[in-house]
Amino acid sequence: MAERNGMVERRGAGLWLTHLGLIVGIAFIFFPIWLAFVASTVEQQDIVRPPMPLLPGDQFFANYARALTSGVNAPVSTMLWNSLIMAVGIALGKIAISLLSAFAIVYFRFPGRRLFFWLIFLTLMLPVEVRIVPTYEVIANFGMLNSYQGLILPLIASATATFLFRQFFMTVPDELAEAARVDGARPMRFFFDILLPMSRTNIAALFVILFIYGWNQYLWPLLITTDPEMNTIVMGIKQMFPSGDDIADWPVIMATSLLAMVPPVLVVVGMQRLFIRGLVESEK
Amino acid sequence: MATLILNNVKKSFGMTEVIHGISINVADGEFIVIVGPSGCGKSTLLRMVAGLETVTSGDVQIGGRRVNDQEPMDRDIAMVFQNYALYPHMSVFDNMAYGLKIARTPRAEIEERVEQAARLLQLETYLQRKPRELSGGQRQRVAMGRAIVRKPAVFLFDEPLSNLDAKLRVQMRLEIKALQRELGVTALYVTHDQVEAMTMADRMIVMNGGMADQIGAPLEVYANPATEFVAGFIGSPPTNFLSTEIMGRSGDSRIGVRPEHTRLSDSGNLKARTVYAEALGAETLVHVRCADGTQVTVRQDAASTIPQEGAEVGLDWDPADEMKFDSSGRRC
Ligand SMILES: Nc1ncnc2c1ncn2[C@@H]1O[C@H](COP(=O)(O)OP(=O)(O)OP(=O)(O)O)[C@@H](O)[C@H]1O
Ligand SMILES: [Mg+2]
Repeated sequence: MAERNGMVERRGAGLWLTHLGLIVGIAFIFFPIWLAFVASTVEQQDIVRPPMPLLPGDQFFANYARALTSGVNAPVSTMLWNSLIMAVGIALGKIAISLLSAFAIVYFRFPGRRLFFWLIFLTLMLPVEVRIVPTYEVIANFGMLNSYQGLILPLIASATATFLFRQFFMTVPDELAEAARVDGARPMRFFFDILLPMSRTNIAALFVILFIYGWNQYLWPLLITTDPEMNTIVMGIKQMFPSGDDIADWPVIMATSLLAMVPPVLVVVGMQRLFIRGLVESEK
Repeated sequence: MATLILNNVKKSFGMTEVIHGISINVADGEFIVIVGPSGCGKSTLLRMVAGLETVTSGDVQIGGRRVNDQEPMDRDIAMVFQNYALYPHMSVFDNMAYGLKIARTPRAEIEERVEQAARLLQLETYLQRKPRELSGGQRQRVAMGRAIVRKPAVFLFDEPLSNLDAKLRVQMRLEIKALQRELGVTALYVTHDQVEAMTMADRMIVMNGGMADQIGAPLEVYANPATEFVAGFIGSPPTNFLSTEIMGRSGDSRIGVRPEHTRLSDSGNLKARTVYAEALGAETLVHVRCADGTQVTVRQDAASTIPQEGAEVGLDWDPADEMKFDSSGRRC
């Protein structure tokens, strides 16, 4: 209902021009992906020998099976699994921690409340890359190299998400917290019964963003995973490129790239329904 | 059901004191209305009774127990908020049942109590709806229901009707009053609307700047206001105030006369000029201006003759209806 009101209706030539523009744009973005797909369905020789084919070949199953089971350094299925654990771990961890810290900052009066808020806010300006050496040192000393904890923990605090939830909590009327208090809800009960369900739209949207953030981590996994069994897919792709004179196995590399895209796409599509519904039906 | 005692209750926010010591003994089942202009501390006082605000000094007793240091849920109270404060993601049923669930009431009893409250409030058909699918009046009822199901000793209302339109407000105020009578629960009701106060209260507390100017039954307060503020605040249209100077008397005090006690009569020794007349149907309010600019309202029967605008009239009243206030606003 709301969509229709907000949309400016166009008719005639304007409509067709808009569509044409969009179609060209999509083709432009989609072409490299198409090429990668084609490359993942042909044999090595077809790729190295110009011209590059533009239509899929018959090696689809062979190439993808090879990628999933053996890959180049590690089987892609292992790397996908590692990436999935890392991305889900980071996304859920970030959401849990930032929900709780935002809850503390908004609803509790404790000494140094403002200080902590600004400290969290400051870390917004320190991406992983800036603190990577000390973080590596810490993780190495804890013996967490080549482990899921090592992949997840350093990335699990999120100033952005904390800030977002803080802003959201501040729009929740104080009377709601007071009503819950009169009803006998202790703070954590209020958090789980009322604040959390009310935040589900924000959580869904944030999960998508954070999952992709976690999935796309490159530098950090590259540093701390030396064991191929612990490689993640995004860094794994890079490591498939030969260093020296070896020949790159292009069909497998391309199949891996496409496989690496599947989970984020699934998450976006799956979550889309949830948060679009949330955006349409207002929570007032 | 219980008595409620406030004993010299004070409240400060930081260095500023906003409630300057209020005492009242509320009998079991009594309906007390706290009335006063915006910012006079009505909500603060109510919230101290609820336990949402700490008491700076003095005692709050509910049912004979001192509750100053108790959490709201332990005080045996229920509160209805101005914006209803319904949980947006819960159904009407869950909204009403939430407090009982936390108190670990058995499931069967929760259902029974919620259904009973729903029947009382004519909400039976809405139990599965979400608050956003209800009208303002229905939300108001759900908020009432949430208070009722807990069977509290004291009901607390903070301007529960101010978001409703005028007609619904009249209807709801009758319903709330009837409900409170039926349940026999002690109630504390905050409003800035003096009509609500007059019609609902067994006794009312008229607050002004953090103090209780007067505590008493509505008609008693109306007939015998303790201060100039109360005389001006309670009653509509408000009391006319005249300086002794214009009356040709000595002393530094002010005279108050209610519009319905003021008469237009040619023999009246106070002369004034008619400014305009408001015909309200059953009655007509004639606004006149005295020589020193003081506005006076006269309440006339619609049948009586209404003077022309600009016409000179005389004002008169029965000396017994006169209220005298000293320079500090107290009755004297
Ligand atoms: N948390 C607070 N901190 C500081 N001052 C406050 C706080 N809450 C209320 N006050 C002050 O206390 C005074 C009384 O406020 P209160 O909300 O009780 O007024 P009210 O009578 O309920 O007014 P209204 O009819 O507008 O709701 C006001 O002057 C207000 O500024
Ligand atoms: Mg108020």
